[in-house]
Amino acid sequence: MGHDFAYPPVDFETHPDRYKHWKLSVDGPVATLVMAVAEDGGMWPGRYELKLNSYDLGVDIELADAVQRLRFEHPEVRVVQITGGLDAKIFCAGANIRMLSMAPHAFKVNFCKFTNETRTSIEDATDHSGQHYVAALNGTASGGGYELALACEKIWLIDDGNAAVSLPEVPLLGVLPGTGGLTRITDKRRIRRDMADVFCTKAEGFRARDALKHDFIDAAWPRSQWEEGTARAAVDLAAEITDTLPLKKDGPGVALPALERDDTDDGWSYRFVDVVLDHDNGDRVATVTIKGPPSDGADADPVRGADTWCLRAFRELDDALLRLRVNHLGVGLILLRAEGDRDAILAHEAAMLRGADDDWFWREVQLFVARTLRRVDNTSKTFFAIIDEGSAFVGTLLELALAADRQYMFLDDDGENSVLLSEANEGVFPMASGISRLEARFPGDRDAIEAVVEVEGEIDAETCEELGLVTLSLDDIDWEDEVRIAIEERVSLSPDALTGMEQNLRFGGGETCETKIYGRLSAWQNWIFQRPNAVGDRGALSMFGHPERPIFDFNRT
Amino acid sequence: MAHIDYDERIPNNVDLAHDRRLKKALEKWQPAYLDWWKGVGPQVFKGNDIYLRTAISTEAGGWANFGYVKMPDYRWGIFLADREEDRTIPAGDHAGQPVWQEVPGEYRNVLKRIIVVQADTEPASVEQQRWLAATAPSLYDARNLFQVNVEEGRHLWAMVYLLHAYFGRDGRAEADELLARRAGDDDKPRILDAFNQPCQDWLTFHCFTCFTDRDGKYQLGALAESAFDPLSRTCRFMLTEEAHHLFVGESGLERIMRRAAQLEREAPNGDPRELGGIDLQTIQKYVNYWFTYSIDLFGSEVSTNAADYFASGLKGRWREAKDHDEHSALHQQKTIEYVEDGRVVGREVPLRNAMNEILREDYASDCDRVVKRWNKALEEEGSDFRMVLPSTKFHRRQGIYADHHFNPAGELISADEWESKRDSWLPTESDRQYVHSLMKPVYEPGKFANYIAAPRRGIHGQPVEFEYVRTDG
Ligand SMILES: [Fe+2]
Ligand SMILES: [Fe+2]
Repeated sequence: MGHDFAYPPVDFETHPDRYKHWKLSVDGPVATLVMAVAEDGGMWPGRYELKLNSYDLGVDIELADAVQRLRFEHPEVRVVQITGGLDAKIFCAGANIRMLSMAPHAFKVNFCKFTNETRTSIEDATDHSGQHYVAALNGTASGGGYELALACEKIWLIDDGNAAVSLPEVPLLGVLPGTGGLTRITDKRRIRRDMADVFCTKAEGFRARDALKHDFIDAAWPRSQWEEGTARAAVDLAAEITDTLPLKKDGPGVALPALERDDTDDGWSYRFVDVVLDHDNGDRVATVTIKGPPSDGADADPVRGADTWCLRAFRELDDALLRLRVNHLGVGLILLRAEGDRDAILAHEAAMLRGADDDWFWREVQLFVARTLRRVDNTSKTFFAIIDEGSAFVGTLLELALAADRQYMFLDDDGENSVLLSEANEGVFPMASGISRLEARFPGDRDAIEAVVEVEGEIDAETCEELGLVTLSLDDIDWEDEVRIAIEERVSLSPDALTGMEQNLRFGGGETCETKIYGRLSAWQNWIFQRPNAVGDRGALSMFGHPERPIFDFNRT
Repeated sequence: MAHIDYDERIPNNVDLAHDRRLKKALEKWQPAYLDWWKGVGPQVFKGNDIYLRTAISTEAGGWANFGYVKMPDYRWGIFLADREEDRTIPAGDHAGQPVWQEVPGEYRNVLKRIIVVQADTEPASVEQQRWLAATAPSLYDARNLFQVNVEEGRHLWAMVYLLHAYFGRDGRAEADELLARRAGDDDKPRILDAFNQPCQDWLTFHCFTCFTDRDGKYQLGALAESAFDPLSRTCRFMLTEEAHHLFVGESGLERIMRRAAQLEREAPNGDPRELGGIDLQTIQKYVNYWFTYSIDLFGSEVSTNAADYFASGLKGRWREAKDHDEHSALHQQKTIEYVEDGRVVGREVPLRNAMNEILREDYASDCDRVVKRWNKALEEEGSDFRMVLPSTKFHRRQGIYADHHFNPAGELISADEWESKRDSWLPTESDRQYVHSLMKPVYEPGKFANYIAAPRRGIHGQPVEFEYVRTDG
């Protein structure tokens, strides 16, 4: 098996004009995403075929793009139907097994993480943007296909005596339905535990009658009534949603232009974000600098459009994170820096948050920033915020520092270097656990949080350390050395242990469906992905599609 | 903040006057150090003139300037052996690469720990010995005690310099802790056990200085081979001073032995105790005790820490660069004797894991040479008694022999045999009481307590009867 082959760099940007695998159409309040995966359109040409609407990362990048664009470019859409576009009686067969079994471990993990993030973004759109997703399963949805359906608000299945929903990972592949499947059937669809157990070990799954009976789907229509039934249900649902929308959502939308990325010798840069790889540290450290809005527009309200600073900068940050994750596996530590005009940042942020009350666009920007920050939380790399002289960690950008594992702050003589809290730090960008980063920082310590929130105005380095807002504040005597040593020390530790440690420490507080997907389901899946029973020479994943049967080591660990 | 004229007050070769980081750290630490010295340093002759040597530079002779000084005014300096150009890492995985002038982040915590453990012993012995001068057998001996004390104080400075200069805020906090711990304190004891017992008699002092300080010599020797160059240079300079401490201990014991041999001849039935001396058997018991107590400080015979320190270049072997050709110590084995089913069996372990044991062996052969010199002295004095260095398996409280009983010859014995013979091998309570009963001060220049012979020579060319401590102020 080609576990170690070096895959080509992945580009996360795309546009509906370039989709290979999806067709997006909009008809008034109902949009339809038709999945018709091109068999020969895989990311690594010639290595596997994307048969039976199975997907790879490329397919999911298009889906993520579509979900994102629908929110910004089609505010009038209330219902998004996902349906199959193959003639075969199949909606989607899930992740491509050939691709998975040949992918290096890190790629598998990143693939699963990205697809999970796409599915949580679908739920985010449903919950917060009034764009409800419906899985219109016009054929069998198995494995990742059914998990995609589970991410939707409603699941409709064609009742043709053939189509089924199933999670065959355990019985067929010796792995888990790791794209949220196991979590959502219990925590979202609240399916009885023993029935869930039966379902997850029954490779062929349930057809419409049983699936409906046990709540694995919400509705079914026979083939003859399928088109009409689903269409009417979609329109009805759209009307229902319109009635309950908290704010007016109509066109025109705001088109999202492509990001402009310049590759440099040491990394790459966008308009507001730079990525610099540190060659001195064997490329194990990258510095990501995010810059504030141009200061000349500081007093004016920010422009309502795709180029507005906050949206642009966080789209760039999002792209940078994804590229670092997938294309720069060796980077273990990301140093976060923030620069720019503090007043301009705060003015921009205030306008955004004010606008979010009654303007869907600003509301989407806020939700997008929140998603990007959650992307930081979920990134299996260390983050240190470097709050150096001239830094601009205020409000929204301070939230980025709070997302980091540690914060190092320069202590200057005159107290000019400071951070500033705003309402941006009080829960408008919640973590996956539903709480703010301040709450996660001080688990269960209301007093500490209040002490921080009560401070009026700028907080200098000394006070930051007292309040517990930074890990260390260091004067010019210590700064350079301490930061250097902290970096060197960090990148000398086991990357696996660090990933596990960080993912535990970042999520103080309670669990949600989302945190369980990343913290429980993914962790188990990643363990299984390393085990001989899955990926050994005779493991189930390796043997899939081969004439021989897998051979298991039956000892439980 | 008190203004300090650094170069004058603190002799140094680290350009202290121009190092803001150090100055800032010392502004706070230096007064705390003086308080510490006054509080738990020597409590006798605190403000008297003492004839001491002071290191004021690393040039030939510069490290040994003699003159009267009141101890609190002693100029504790910061000296590193001169930097060797192109020095390379002597041992471990990085052997042959350039040494580190800065602490690599990867090793920060473990290096800091190594330095702190070493540093903690320096003030500890000063605390243990703080009342000892009240029973000094002579002014010459009192002066030697004080010389050792001020230099242990300087060793603390040397280690604190490393903490201040290279370990940032954590280092400063550790430096403060070094002044906060106290030998024998229930709540804040010194790190190593051997440094928590009070030192109340001069036989113990000389044993401690001969055997326990010698452990320090070998630890410093291993650190002198460190990849972290400032540590290596610091330890190399400390070693020059340590030689005098070992001299104090070895010659002190030798003088007690000579006196014992003389009294043996003079006493009617050959027992020096009758004439107020210490008999050679008792001295042997103290040697047995302190030798074995000190070898426990080297750590476990087989140790992953020791292997890690060696592999990462933090420590080398004794005279690694000079005495060894192969510096990786990989793919080699060392035989360690284990006790299995009531027998001693040799087992091969990877050489790197046996580094503690290797250093202990080097130490033991050094002690062996000392014992040979004592026996020569005993021969000169016409005594038939010969001192014997016990086996490194005897009377161990740490390591793989700790749960077994060995006689001084290194033979495995039963618990019963141990119980019946231990009083003939180790000091008993009545031995200790007897030794204590002899502790009376002798403060007249040139006079010595009856249990210890006068030295052959004075200090730095001065006569033996020189007033090494001015008792009148
Ligand atoms: Fe010392
Ligand atoms: Fe010493």
